[in-house]
Amino acid sequence: MDLFTYDFMIRALVGALIIGLAAPSLGIYLVQRRLSLIGDGIGHVALTGVGVGLLLHHSPVITAVIVSAIGAVGVELIRQRGRTSGDLALALLFYGGIAGGVVLVGLSDDSSNANLMQYLFGSLITTSTQDIVVIAVLGVLVLATMTGFRPALFAVSNDEEYARVSGLPVRTLNILMAVTAAVTVTIAMRTVGLLLVSALMVVPVAAAQQVTRGFRTTMAAAMLIGLLAAGLGVVASAEIDTAPGATTVILALVAFVAITAGGAAWRALRRRVNPPREVEPPDVVLHA
Amino acid sequence: MSVVQVDRAAVGYDGRTILHDVTMSVAAGEVVAVLGANGSGKSTLIRSILGLVPVSGGRIDLFGTPLRRFREWARVGYVPQRLGAGSGVPATVGEVVASGRLARRGIFRPSGGADRAAVREALTDVGLLDRIGDPVSTLSGGQQQRTLIARALAGKPDLLVLDEPTAGVDAASQQAFAASLGRFGERGGTILLVAHELGPLQPLIDRAVVVHEGRIAHQVALPEPAGHHADPDHDHVHPHAEQEQPGICDWAPTDRMAAN
Repeated sequence: MDLFTYDFMIRALVGALIIGLAAPSLGIYLVQRRLSLIGDGIGHVALTGVGVGLLLHHSPVITAVIVSAIGAVGVELIRQRGRTSGDLALALLFYGGIAGGVVLVGLSDDSSNANLMQYLFGSLITTSTQDIVVIAVLGVLVLATMTGFRPALFAVSNDEEYARVSGLPVRTLNILMAVTAAVTVTIAMRTVGLLLVSALMVVPVAAAQQVTRGFRTTMAAAMLIGLLAAGLGVVASAEIDTAPGATTVILALVAFVAITAGGAAWRALRRRVNPPREVEPPDVVLHA
Repeated sequence: MSVVQVDRAAVGYDGRTILHDVTMSVAAGEVVAVLGANGSGKSTLIRSILGLVPVSGGRIDLFGTPLRRFREWARVGYVPQRLGAGSGVPATVGEVVASGRLARRGIFRPSGGADRAAVREALTDVGLLDRIGDPVSTLSGGQQQRTLIARALAGKPDLLVLDEPTAGVDAASQQAFAASLGRFGERGGTILLVAHELGPLQPLIDRAVVVHEGRIAHQVALPEPAGHHADPDHDHVHPHAEQEQPGICDWAPTDRMAAN
């Protein structure tokens, strides 16, 4: 394809593929803990980090990682204390993060709207070689952490109390996950933008779990869906001249709808071919 | 040596005292049931022994080590009341049971052949080996409960702690559950369980501790049923319809009984 004779297209594709693979590997744990929206909250906080970077003439990516990691760990600590509901903590994070970001970007020398939009919705095409190196290193780190610690992270996400009684370092693992979420959000900021980051973490998992039976297969399928959506998203967006981030998310959602419909049809077909066995015994002792 | 030693323990949260001055112990190889009405504090007692609820007074030792310094969690198998709230991300029975190996293996070592063998062995023990690849969400409540006991057994613990293991579980699963616990006891394991009603577990129990309004109201040895589980040929799941002893719940304290 002619498109990939351009270096910037190759960089865009490499960046998108890494994020397409890494984001669902983290997202599956967030979905399992019913924290699907946490990525969005961290994305909002990252905008404040971008504002800090622009104001101080520092790399916005580095300040965004730091500020969103502080935000993510803060939410995790609030969740552990259980004083504020996760829902309210998220709301505070959303509004504080986006308002802080808009104010700080406005105060900086480079306060153009285009600059803000670049972080909110991604700007894959302007990704530099240096950006790609940062994305690749951090992306591989995220992938290695999320797949390498899968049994422990699964145990903590599945049953936190049991994990504590197993002697696992539950608090450390939770903070590790929060920091990883912040890193993922920040590297995905260039691809899909802060407002759509969470979609890449959650939608591939939602799509995969419609047809999978186990955690490991769900993780693998979600990573495959993320990879395909990101790759095809970049190519399609170049062909039809749309925003790559939004195109990727739309493709992931299309995958979700297609897999859900396909899964339902398959189950209906199987029920018709071999009707269900006898009814399960009741779960409780039925006294006459 | 006591496997569990609770000495004048007190637990309270939000200014409300839930356990007062509780002293009890469980010896190695013993099967002890903690009984009591809902809200009596029996689950809190178990949870404080596991370190899930902080004690505000007194001390708790596990295997002779103060709870705060206790690190040998592989020796403890915990069976919670129910599977954690389903999140929609599927997990197979085998994957849930494999979590039970983490205490022994640690988080850095990948799962190996010994882990897979232990998972299969534990699932065979509870009679669910044929469901190893099925999502836990497709299991009945009783089968999910058996999955949780398999998870605890997979870690090859010395002490099993169970929180209301048979609440809302179908009769067939209760029998399978009792048989698994019986075999664990025969291997020399120690069992501490909380129960609202004992049902088929009753023949296994050596001693009952009755909690009422946050205090220990009774500590009694249960009358040994004929064919005690010390006998290796004893089948724990036999029906005991002819038994004349009243069910354990008949004399468990109710709200009408005064605290002492």
